[in-house]
Amino acid sequence: MQNTKQNSYEEIIVAGFGGQGIMLAGRLLAQTAMKAGKEVTYMPSYGAEVRGGTANCMVIIADEPIASPLVDKPDSLIVMNKASLNKFASRLKAGGLLVMNSSLIDTKPQLDDSIEIIAIPADEIAVELGNKKIANMVALGAYFQKRGILSPDTAAACLPDTIAKRYHKTLPVNTEAIHRGAEFTKDNE
Amino acid sequence: MSERILMCGNEALAEAAIIAGCDAYFGYPITPQNEITAYMSKRMPEEGRVFVQSESELAAINMVFGASATGKRTMTSSSSPGISLMQEGISYLAGAELPSVIVNVMRGGPGLGNIAPSQGDYFQATRGGGHGDYRTIALGPSTVQELVDCMPLAFDLADQYRIPVVVLADGILGQMMEPIVFNKKPRRSLPPKDWALTGAKGREQNIVRSLWLPEGSLEKHNYKLQAKYQQVQKNEVLCEQYEVDDAEIIVIAYGVAARIVRSAVKKARQEGIKAGWIRPITLWPFPTMQIAKAADELSIFLVVEMSMGQMVEDVKLAVAGKVPVVFYGRAGGGVPSVDQVLEKIKQLTIPVKKQ
Repeated sequence: MQNTKQNSYEEIIVAGFGGQGIMLAGRLLAQTAMKAGKEVTYMPSYGAEVRGGTANCMVIIADEPIASPLVDKPDSLIVMNKASLNKFASRLKAGGLLVMNSSLIDTKPQLDDSIEIIAIPADEIAVELGNKKIANMVALGAYFQKRGILSPDTAAACLPDTIAKRYHKTLPVNTEAIHRGAEFTKDNE
Repeated sequence: MSERILMCGNEALAEAAIIAGCDAYFGYPITPQNEITAYMSKRMPEEGRVFVQSESELAAINMVFGASATGKRTMTSSSSPGISLMQEGISYLAGAELPSVIVNVMRGGPGLGNIAPSQGDYFQATRGGGHGDYRTIALGPSTVQELVDCMPLAFDLADQYRIPVVVLADGILGQMMEPIVFNKKPRRSLPPKDWALTGAKGREQNIVRSLWLPEGSLEKHNYKLQAKYQQVQKNEVLCEQYEVDDAEIIVIAYGVAARIVRSAVKKARQEGIKAGWIRPITLWPFPTMQIAKAADELSIFLVVEMSMGQMVEDVKLAVAGKVPVVFYGRAGGGVPSVDQVLEKIKQLTIPVKKQ
């Protein structure tokens, strides 16, 4: 449980390719932190991204007002594809946490021993749940469980505020995905 | 108390404008402020108010001119290159003394530049920007909450002084999400818009114009404008300061750069360096008096900008050579880090020896 943090100044980068729900994952993180009474900033990359291109966002969770919303060296990194792992892994802080989607990342990255790695087959779990688009929620669930700053239940409660109304029929499966990600982490500790 | 909600700066300022009673929005898309236009296209019709996506920035600012002339609260928004295109119209608004709110979500320049955050339009916003002797009020919020709070202020200032007000944000502030609260604060009591073009039935004709051809009339008009600007300078300065009294170094920054400075100064204090900061909220009128007063104490000033040295000129004018003013800035999408600012503070000070 070395990577369970209680008091918080937590900088997170979420990254993947366009269409993987990276921004949604980041917004849910931010919404959950707000609900938990934390200070929070969410900063999307807003370049000329298209579906299939790279997408990333930065979230900072803290107990005090946050200075810059930009994250240089994250405490935690959630990556959903290999290109994002290659791009961001070297920026992780010593003692940091890497949550990676092992469905799309077949190699184990060479990282500092102090960095804890959770390799979760997020796409496979998502497909098992019947909706391959919710791999982002599976990975988030793993993160919530390991980091312990925010609870999976609070996150699930924030889904209706984060997901557009026209997709609200997917709330149950998104909720399940968060819990499955959390359970995966618990079972593998 | 109202509930905290999570919104990006662009949408939050748009909603704040609606709450502040904005009657009409005119705009043309440009990154990184498209969320404003998109949000307004949905919300303004819902409120039964006017939304027009114009064919160009020139059209947008002249639509603002027209709507404002009828006495309505009106605004536009754009980003740096688009704001440059609007300068002719802003000069006309200033000349015709029409209230208006112009949001500039700054991006990298010069030219088409890039879409990254920047503070490179400080000169343009605080010096008028277009032709002729005029000023626009310029507000420089540093958080999404402050962006929300400065929209009703911008509309009130515009109406009170019959002046264009520029809200100077940047790509970070526009795109980032933070928890905010929409406070409903009491409005200023404002003069009636008896100058507006509302149909002259039963009263004398009103004329809104920026053309003054008879000999001496334009000079007289300019003196009137200057007298107004002096009132603004006297009454409307806003700035925030922190631990300035015993400071050996005072760091000055606005907008997003001020957030970074706040953290750097806090770290410096923890390391025993007597540092403080001053954050101008109104960029024009500039907090000249406040900075001049701080310069009476023996200290050094460091100005931090996401531009190559623009506000530093106003600081130097305020300091009037009494103490050294040093500059640190990055441009074109470069954002100073807390550590870079802290390093600069350390270079300029001698830390107190630990007992």
